[in-house]
Amino acid sequence: MDITFSAEELAFRDQVRAFLSESWTEDLASRINGRSGDYKAAQIEWQNKLSAKGWLAPGWPVEHGGVDWSVTENFIFETERSLAGIPDVVPFGLKMVAPVIYDFGNDEQKKRFLPRILKNQDWWCQGYSEPGAGSDLAALKTKAELDGDDYIVTGAKIWTTYAQYSDWIFCLVRTDSSGKRQDGITFLLIDMSTPGVSVNKISSIDDHHSLNEVVFDNVRVPTANRIGEEGKGWTYAKALLAHERTSIAAVADSKRKLRELRDLLAQEVSGGRPLSEDTQFQNRLSNTEIELMALEYTELRVLASTADGKGPGVESSLLKIKGTEIQQGIQQMYMDLAGYYSGVIHGEDTAETIGHAFGHSARQAYMYGRAATIYGGSNEVQKNITAKYVLGL
Amino acid sequence: MNFNLSEEQNMLKDSVARFVRDEYDFDSRRANAASELGFNPANWQMFAELGWLSIPFDEAHGGFGGGATEVMAVMEEMGKGLVVEPFVATVLMFGGLLNKSGNAALQDANIEKIIDGSLQGSFAYLERQSRFELADVKTQAKRDGADFVLNGEKTVVSNGMAANKVVVSARTSGEQCDEAGITLFLIDTDAPGVERTSYRLMDGQLVANIKLTDVRVVGDHVLGDVDKGYTLIEAVVGDVIIALCAEAMGIMQKLNTTTIEYTKTRQQFGVAISSFQALQHRMVDMFMAGEQAKSILYRAVCAAESGAEDLPKNIAALKVMIGRNGKLIGDEAIQLHGGMGLTDELDVGHFVKRLMMINTTFGDADFQQKKFNRLTYSD
Repeated sequence: MDITFSAEELAFRDQVRAFLSESWTEDLASRINGRSGDYKAAQIEWQNKLSAKGWLAPGWPVEHGGVDWSVTENFIFETERSLAGIPDVVPFGLKMVAPVIYDFGNDEQKKRFLPRILKNQDWWCQGYSEPGAGSDLAALKTKAELDGDDYIVTGAKIWTTYAQYSDWIFCLVRTDSSGKRQDGITFLLIDMSTPGVSVNKISSIDDHHSLNEVVFDNVRVPTANRIGEEGKGWTYAKALLAHERTSIAAVADSKRKLRELRDLLAQEVSGGRPLSEDTQFQNRLSNTEIELMALEYTELRVLASTADGKGPGVESSLLKIKGTEIQQGIQQMYMDLAGYYSGVIHGEDTAETIGHAFGHSARQAYMYGRAATIYGGSNEVQKNITAKYVLGL
Repeated sequence: MNFNLSEEQNMLKDSVARFVRDEYDFDSRRANAASELGFNPANWQMFAELGWLSIPFDEAHGGFGGGATEVMAVMEEMGKGLVVEPFVATVLMFGGLLNKSGNAALQDANIEKIIDGSLQGSFAYLERQSRFELADVKTQAKRDGADFVLNGEKTVVSNGMAANKVVVSARTSGEQCDEAGITLFLIDTDAPGVERTSYRLMDGQLVANIKLTDVRVVGDHVLGDVDKGYTLIEAVVGDVIIALCAEAMGIMQKLNTTTIEYTKTRQQFGVAISSFQALQHRMVDMFMAGEQAKSILYRAVCAAESGAEDLPKNIAALKVMIGRNGKLIGDEAIQLHGGMGLTDELDVGHFVKRLMMINTTFGDADFQQKKFNRLTYSD
């Protein structure tokens, strides 16, 4: 039982803090967190700074541009980043498709795609879910038929985050429907500018545009863009999911928000008294804080077990479920704290005109936050996974 | 960063697990609890021989020099066996108070006897009115020359009947609920003026009310400083809460495994009931509650081992979560066992009752949450 950081690790933490405080600016924060029209450019500007420092893709193998960080160093970086209020990198290229490419792709593909991801030259999106395949992902129907050296892809993907910004999409497609459903799935990389690819905007309840439908109408994709073998796509995709669930827990982000919430509680008043004296709020906040204190150690346990070479394991489902419940609990408290102002739509008006700074963003976070218990495998599916693989039911 | 036990700690944990497996089936446990002292003295001697009674004491006193991690390892396994022998009362509470009292003469006179198994002790802190407030003390201690004379009544003293000596909290100054003005006295239970009445708790413990009528205590039988006993109480109670929560964690694990096994064998509608999704999700909730409890226990143990500044907040959080998650797991374990869960013959209900008693001991989840809030919002 030892959770203390070594002197080297503490020195590393100082190095991370110094870099972040120097590189993360007010300007970047307002453009990225405000998700303004300038969002993509600002995100790329930030990721270029990370890239220049060599810290954009710490999890990658060193030969492809990763950093040889220990699990603890990685944890320190992620914690410092979150506590500084800096959002994660856009995961689709860096954290989702890249590992599939370096683990299962051929040399040609590694050379072609990885350097461009590392230099933020390609923006990626994920083509997994379909109108008829959500939690039951293996029900996907988007069809890819071989025609010479190409596949002809027809079908539709849905809930595709940031497809409107993307140069590439990685897709699970069906190449065979004769046998077991999971066996007929192939992993394809598709250039979004190929004729026949169209993106339909889906407006979400947070008044933002991040979701899309991507339709493929006889889209020609060279077989050179297939990862690994035909029919093995499910295996490649599955290898990634445990990692995805772990990062969805967003423990450090929740810690920062809880702290911010506590400050706001002390500023807002009810009947002339600070809301931080309200026992209802205190109890709700501490219910969440206590769960989070525990989850922080659950995450550390998972990380320690990863460092021991045992892998994050199926307990990552627990992190996903609890982490997203906590996120939604925090979003709810922001809403309740904002009261009437949680309903205000800023539009052209600034926070100063309205006299309240966080109601609008609280609502957006709350509304879009509903997605957290749905994506990455809904929490109910996570329970099924835990029941089967952890409890052996 | 690691959450592994050392080799020595693992051996300790294994030895308790072995004892529970070989000597502590449910029928033995039931007999031990029902016996005259409320536990089996032969087991106590075995604990002494195995060195368990020496765990928290300094090597200078012949102890093992263990900390929160060793205590956790032992308590988790004792929880799985629902061990009724008074390890917490004698070694952790009574011994813990002596250990932190700074009173060398009392330590020299008593610790070795705790370790060799010949001395039983307890801590009498509760009074009829005090509920969870450790500072609500009406029992009076008046100076009389070099002595003190004690009057009052302490209630629900665990191991109160077997205890040869008891540490009693009494008021030497201040008002009824003041933290200042509380002093801790070491008294012999056979001293004139000490009257004990015994009764049982739902978890099998034999406890006692201890009535003190003009009980004379010599002045050097004070633990810590006069009027300043509360700080000592808080420190020791903090350690004991962690230990009780480790015991609860062992119980939760046991209930979770037992419930899963039962649903796999119980057939209804022609299939094992473990195949029903409604039940599977409830068992996943139980599993998550247990894992979260384990995590926050590790957190508190790490904070105790490193002497972290926010240790009191960690302990309050731990007690809240153990209380709430313990209730969830206990309720669900009975529910999923169906009618069998209602029977006294099955161990499930007994595990649940111990969890309920642990929740109550030293402040239930609601009380501890108020404390957590105070530590968070009053700075």
